[in-house]
Amino acid sequence: MASERKSIFSRGVGVLTVKNGIILVLLLAAFGIVQILRWLGWIYGPIDDALAWICIYVVLAVSLNLITGFTGQFSLGHAGFMAIGAYTAAIIVGRYQTFPSVLVGLAAGGILAMIVGILIGVPTLRLKGDYLAIATLGMAEIIRVIAMNLTITGGASGLFSNGHMVTWPMLFLVMVITVVVISNFIRSARGRACIAIREDEIAAESMGINSTKYKVMAFAIGAFFGGVGGALYSSYFYVTKPVTFSFMMSVNILVIVVFGGLGSISGSVISAVVISAITQYLISANALNVFGLFSIEFSRVNQIIYALLLVAIMLFRPKGLMGTMEIGDLFKRIGRRKERVQ
Amino acid sequence: MAETLLTLENATIVFGGLTAVFRVNMHVDPGELVGLIGPNGAGKTTIFNLITGVYKLTEGSIELHDAEKDRTISLVGRKPYAVTRLGIARTFQNIRLFKEMTVLDNVRIALNGEVRSTLLASLTHLGRYHREERRLVEEAQRLLDVFDLGAKKDELARNLPYGEQRRLEIARAMATRPKLLLLDEPAAGMNPIETSALADTIARIRRDFDLTVLLIEHDMSLVMKICERIYVLDHGALIAEGTPAEVQSNERVIEAYLGDDDDI
Repeated sequence: MASERKSIFSRGVGVLTVKNGIILVLLLAAFGIVQILRWLGWIYGPIDDALAWICIYVVLAVSLNLITGFTGQFSLGHAGFMAIGAYTAAIIVGRYQTFPSVLVGLAAGGILAMIVGILIGVPTLRLKGDYLAIATLGMAEIIRVIAMNLTITGGASGLFSNGHMVTWPMLFLVMVITVVVISNFIRSARGRACIAIREDEIAAESMGINSTKYKVMAFAIGAFFGGVGGALYSSYFYVTKPVTFSFMMSVNILVIVVFGGLGSISGSVISAVVISAITQYLISANALNVFGLFSIEFSRVNQIIYALLLVAIMLFRPKGLMGTMEIGDLFKRIGRRKERVQ
Repeated sequence: MAETLLTLENATIVFGGLTAVFRVNMHVDPGELVGLIGPNGAGKTTIFNLITGVYKLTEGSIELHDAEKDRTISLVGRKPYAVTRLGIARTFQNIRLFKEMTVLDNVRIALNGEVRSTLLASLTHLGRYHREERRLVEEAQRLLDVFDLGAKKDELARNLPYGEQRRLEIARAMATRPKLLLLDEPAAGMNPIETSALADTIARIRRDFDLTVLLIEHDMSLVMKICERIYVLDHGALIAEGTPAEVQSNERVIEAYLGDDDDI
């Protein structure tokens, strides 16, 4: 029998473990670095926007990963949940323009998206694979078309606000909460049930797991944070309009999730940071002149790059950056290798 | 009269034009080890799928008797997870482990029915969460030790050798605390030594867990050695029932396995 040697990371009681301590220190460091850079005046307009996009995409990608990566339910409708959250927050924040209204907007946006998620999840989650993808895609389109035709959502031109109702500390905090809550869920008994459904639904049912219940649960939690992501978006940027929440937005989020690895939270985080940083840089960069022959305007070829990226991932690394592994697993693996060498 | 644990009456299922199981009457008494044999395609696994709610009966009834509360529960129309929670666990003919998960997690998932902490605790890891997780790990570890898999708890299920995967499937099924265990060809692909070890394991868990077993098996040496009563199925219908000796000498059984003269 292998000796029971507890790794140093798991020492501690309850939530007060060494591992959680390290995570906290790293988070504070990341936050502190951005604050110092801001203080030095290195962070201005476009970079601020890029940071906001990073936080928003992390929230969206991690929540979609819960549905698609961990529970194995292929959803193409995350932009729909995002839209619900965005409009709800935009309406509430637009009316009151205060900080508490932002908090209410975030919560209301998430809850409304969750309710819609449950209402749509119950009938559609019995569908499998491609059929579910089509159904969720249809749902997102319906939400977008409704937003385009209601007066309260401002029709096709959308809603305008003063913008920046949420600032970097708030964005960062909401992002961290999202990641912590979803990874907690995944490591709980309920999360294991979701992963079991992805692995083999019939076997999971035979082990006493009510697959419909857990699928709807994952869908609801994913939808909630999808809504929160949308609420962050509309509270930060000046305009909330239907065209933002088109099919392409769902694809963008899905690309991030697939690139990071279906079933890896840290994969989604890394991939959201990398992809949105690159995208924002390309958008803000001026047109690139290729040997004086022709010039590429990145804001226009953005979507082509996305599509090419997706093809490249599928060809060269179908499991994504991290597969189903987390950063912690990588450390464990290195540790084991060292042990073997000794 | 001793109450039966599981009763099938006129169980029939029709797929399109094909009658896969036709008017099967079976019963399993508490504590028994009953075998279900028959040639390929006779409908043995289909009967398991009917009992566990994967397929729905076209006609007939399946009932489970709960001796503790002295009540009879119809299994018809119940979903697989609900049947499992009533105390019927199963293994699969073509091993269906959660391959990408660890050995420990495979068993832990089957213990999910015992989770009492709230969804909020799952999301925040506060409250009862840590205490309960520790208990689940200990419980899973204990079960793995029973099946000699304790040392392999951190390995991925797909990396286990074939025989151990079969054992893990039984361990996982046992984690749902069944009264009745349905084993679908547990000895398939095993060598004679592994098969005889399996027979010992089955005997041991029957004794230790106060378990009733219904077993589908092709390995006649195993069936004849451990089963107390045997049902023989052919083309979806029961053709014989009795002790191993009775079944072995039954002409219709021999005919079903070897074919009669008219078939040639």
